[in-house]
Amino acid sequence: MPSKPDAMTDTLDAPGGTPAPDATGARPFISVKNLKTYFEIRGSVFDRLMGRDAGTVKAVDDVSFDLAKGEVLGLVGESGSGKSTLGRSLLGLVRATGGSAVFEGQEIVGLDERSLRRLRSRMQMVFQDPHAALNPAMTIAQSVGHPLKIHKRAKGAEDQRRQVVAALERVGLSPAETYMDKYPGDLSGGQKQRAVIARAVVLDPVLLVADEPVSMLDMSVRSKILQLMIDLKQKLGLTYLYITHDMATAKFFCDRIAILYLGRIVEIGEASALYAAPKHPYTQALLEAIPDPDPNHTLPRNLPRGEIPDAAKPPHGCAFHPRCPRAFAPCGWEIRDLTGLLEARWAGMAEADHQAERALIGTPKIPDGPEAASRLPAASGDGAALLALLEKIRAEDPAEPFWTGVKAMHAEAGHVTIDWHTPVTPRLIAGKGTAAACHLHDPALAAHLPKAADGA
Amino acid sequence: MTDKPDTALPGHATLPARPGRFAPALRRAFRPVAEARGFARAMLWTGAVLTGIFVLMALFAPWLSPYGFDQYQAAGVQFAQLAPPSAQHPLGTNVQSTDVLAQIIWGARTELMVVALALVFSLTIGVPLGLIAGYFGGPFDRLMVLVMDAMFAIPSLLLALVIAFLLGSSITSGIVVAACAITIVYVPQYFRVLRNHVTSVREEPYVEAARAIGAGPFTILGKYIFFNVIQTVPVLATLNAADAILTLTGLGFLGYGVQPSQGAEWGYDVSRAVGDAASGIWWTTLFPGLAIVLLVTGLTLLGEGLNEAINPVLRQRATTKLKMEDLE
Repeated sequence: MPSKPDAMTDTLDAPGGTPAPDATGARPFISVKNLKTYFEIRGSVFDRLMGRDAGTVKAVDDVSFDLAKGEVLGLVGESGSGKSTLGRSLLGLVRATGGSAVFEGQEIVGLDERSLRRLRSRMQMVFQDPHAALNPAMTIAQSVGHPLKIHKRAKGAEDQRRQVVAALERVGLSPAETYMDKYPGDLSGGQKQRAVIARAVVLDPVLLVADEPVSMLDMSVRSKILQLMIDLKQKLGLTYLYITHDMATAKFFCDRIAILYLGRIVEIGEASALYAAPKHPYTQALLEAIPDPDPNHTLPRNLPRGEIPDAAKPPHGCAFHPRCPRAFAPCGWEIRDLTGLLEARWAGMAEADHQAERALIGTPKIPDGPEAASRLPAASGDGAALLALLEKIRAEDPAEPFWTGVKAMHAEAGHVTIDWHTPVTPRLIAGKGTAAACHLHDPALAAHLPKAADGA
Repeated sequence: MTDKPDTALPGHATLPARPGRFAPALRRAFRPVAEARGFARAMLWTGAVLTGIFVLMALFAPWLSPYGFDQYQAAGVQFAQLAPPSAQHPLGTNVQSTDVLAQIIWGARTELMVVALALVFSLTIGVPLGLIAGYFGGPFDRLMVLVMDAMFAIPSLLLALVIAFLLGSSITSGIVVAACAITIVYVPQYFRVLRNHVTSVREEPYVEAARAIGAGPFTILGKYIFFNVIQTVPVLATLNAADAILTLTGLGFLGYGVQPSQGAEWGYDVSRAVGDAASGIWWTTLFPGLAIVLLVTGLTLLGEGLNEAINPVLRQRATTKLKMEDLE
């Protein structure tokens, strides 16, 4: 086993330097407009027999962005935010449901498989798991050389071999002869990822979609692979779509960053502006979540509560509102948020108190879409007692953002009716630095802002 | 980061003599077999030797056998009926006055020919069907699974009997008829194993990577999926071959296998000798029966040994225990 050459074969003059994207040129290199990728959920056997629709997951929902040649755009989000699906939709590996994605003047959405295959020589992908992204039954030379064979770029076996050697040496697998007849199982993770990158650049593509290219690698190898990708970008004039959940590497690597949450872009802008002054509470939370090596780091970690919600039934209004510490009236409050609030409350209570409260509250009907008012049934049949309990919960924690969304509560026979503020779906609003989809920055909604939390 | 000098410029590298194209692949394919240890190794070798003996018998039957399979006389002298083992007939003769040893040796040829033919047929049908159904899915996959499951539901000997009966009138070669009957029985097994394996392999990232480099579906099937699912086939084929011998001898026993005029067949020999054992004539049933048992055992051991050697879940790695004193 040779020593692992995870060192650069060639370091460039400006390592880590990110050139300014050339903003000239009337037509953007890649233009994505209202791209949508939805997946049908396969329901239970019974649902399918009855012809009932089990719903759709909006993995990518109405995403728009432009990408200039030579630029590095980071797509950042938690797992389930649709960032990988967005990258795959752009390459046509996943069929987009609607919208448009134009690559070098060529519309990709709705393109047939044959034309897409031809286009693949221009756009390539680096995968997350290098251990699984190489065919275990092919040698490195076969894997890296196969794209050349498919696109008929090599004139004979010798020419193919020469191009493979060049690609391997370019990604730092040098001398290439050591690796060519090895199987992926014989290489280390970093070496495999280098081979994956070699396979991606062997066709001289212009766009590289890198789907978490370093998240499965050892810490020691990560920065080397990222450095390699930066070097390749400068040498080959690549444009990157860098998909990650790691804000720290995104900062190192990206010119611009788009933050995704449940299939939508919540904030997009220059990386420097985004790190300096994040606007969206979710971006702020992600930046808070970057581990800090300082043991005296005692800042209150204002991390989002709970987990990323079910993408098949996303929250109304702003999808982030149930987890948002700064959500307010128009964010789309609904009856499910009350259920969540109560569960969180009960989790910290004595069993007897919990049972007493539980006995009062019935199970509400979950509506399919936003509704102006919801009914919370009283399990005891006494609406007034339920209202009193809700008022008590509100009085205990008046700062809870949930209550900003409640316009009024009335006790009625057997239930309490809760009137909601009208939910507003946030749009991206361009501001200083970044564009954020957050009501906090919408001047039209400023009137609703709670007194304590005005000003971004 | 250590800086290495820019030694090899792209395209300037001198290309060393290339090893044979298939050499690394072959070495890789046989490595698990060579690395098999302990019980797996013992099974593998016992099975290989037993099967090898029968293969040699089949190959060299005209030279090994003292007489032809349907020979009942030599130099104008008729063989004695049901003669006990003697110098002239080492394993005796049977009720048709043919030599039992000749029957065994020529029988090996019949059995192995039918099984080899059936193997080729069922692989050429079952493997592509499994690959295509597993990769593309959809209505074709549903239909194929349904058909193959329906064939599984019929007892194998019964299915083989019906096929042998149906084909017997139109195809004259008994060996081909028997091979076809056995093929029908074993195609569903190859189909199922391949199809299920393909449905899991097609979700692997390297298959998506193949799509990303622009490979078409049949390139993906041929280069990325086939070589990652095919390793189960040798095990399955060897184990099925053992089973196929039993089906074939079963057909022969019932009189629907290879006809006695076309070749010696152990199942048929046993069926003709059923009555002999009661009258103390043991050699006519014992030796063909023993041949069946030994060949089936050999093939089974070979299959199980291969399974132990190839299947990563069962495989014992070739580790050697080090003693401290050896290191000093």
